[in-house]
Amino acid sequence: MGEEYSLEDRFQQYVEAENKVEPKDWMPEKYRQTVIRQMSQHAHSEVIGMQPEANWITRAPSLRSKLILLAKVQDEAGHGLYLYSATETLGITRDELINQLQTGKAKYSSIFNYPTVTWADMGAVGWLVDGAAIQNQVMLCRTSYGPYARAMVKICKEESFHQRQGYEIMMRLAAGTKEQKAMAQDALNRWWWPSLMMFGPSDDNSPNSAQSMKWRIKRKSNDTLRQEFVDKTVPQAEFIGLTIPDPDLKWNEERKSYDFGEMNWDEFYAVVKGNGPCNKQRIINHIKAHEEGAWVREAANAYAKKQQARKKQSAA
Amino acid sequence: MAEKSDFKIWEVFIRSKNGLSHKHVGSLHAPDADMAISNARDVYCRRSEGVSIWVVPSEQITATSPDEKEPLFTPSDDKIYRHPTFYEIPDEVGHM
Ligand SMILES: [Fe+2]
Ligand SMILES: [Fe+2]
Repeated sequence: MGEEYSLEDRFQQYVEAENKVEPKDWMPEKYRQTVIRQMSQHAHSEVIGMQPEANWITRAPSLRSKLILLAKVQDEAGHGLYLYSATETLGITRDELINQLQTGKAKYSSIFNYPTVTWADMGAVGWLVDGAAIQNQVMLCRTSYGPYARAMVKICKEESFHQRQGYEIMMRLAAGTKEQKAMAQDALNRWWWPSLMMFGPSDDNSPNSAQSMKWRIKRKSNDTLRQEFVDKTVPQAEFIGLTIPDPDLKWNEERKSYDFGEMNWDEFYAVVKGNGPCNKQRIINHIKAHEEGAWVREAANAYAKKQQARKKQSAA
Repeated sequence: MAEKSDFKIWEVFIRSKNGLSHKHVGSLHAPDADMAISNARDVYCRRSEGVSIWVVPSEQITATSPDEKEPLFTPSDDKIYRHPTFYEIPDEVGHM
């Protein structure tokens, strides 16, 4: 009795009791900033992530695969929009968010700075990149910020088709001609390590992670998520006769998990800092699309004003 | 140049099937109600999630503030006689 709790303490107890934080509730400023940063980074990743896949829409090998790829890319646009609108509930505008992306102030997932050079990459991206994203997003369905958690529930429902269609592409190529199987293996070789790096630095090198876990924004550590992903994915590769490009990969009976090799963190940080194969191109494309779309926004505004004027006139 | 900020923010509500209420699903930007509806269809209904859409300008919504939570909602907490479990009815009477 008589103990004084600060607002911060009460907030901490509140999230620890698995309560959700809603937009107008009091929250520590650092919490607000962290959630804005994480959600906007996530939204930007969905949007930039459309580019490596859109690259193959016109060259999809069949009408069926073209329809599927179109639907997937359209979903990613939707995911970006759910997340932008959830981020806006914290008092930042869409224009500010887009500006942060275009000026490099905000980051997006480094995985999208790798090029998609063959059709098999559409398989590897769906299977591995969406697969890794799902691992993270399932956890985020329980994040403490209400609008983020709700956006994640909707996104997770849509993601599972993304991973399945990717795996189906890999499965078909792996069961095809020698050349097709080699193409699938090559894609797996190139996408495996970058996919593992999607989970971020290892726990000892991830200082922000601890605070995010404390606030229940993040529910599992980077290394835990990565391990879960490896354990799920290795048997899937074996099933279609592809080899994970890691000589150190080995089942550990004691841990009931796979041991795996060390990631190339120099490469990871180089790509994060903007020196990946496609960083510049991705942002240039985004700015170009945004500017070339300006007339659509202008026309929509003009049309809305005209309609309004007409309504007023006929009412008068 | 027309920027996004000229567009209003709209809250989107979707009835997933007849018999259920419209439920808030998120928000979006649009210059007017008609375009808000068509954007809502593209953004929130790509898998037959709905049979009816409502869009409402966010600025038109009046909400209670979290600071009022106590005075508004706690007075009902101590009226336990409003709940069926408050009354003890012998088991022999059966389900009531
Ligand atoms: Fe997505
Ligand atoms: Fe996806």
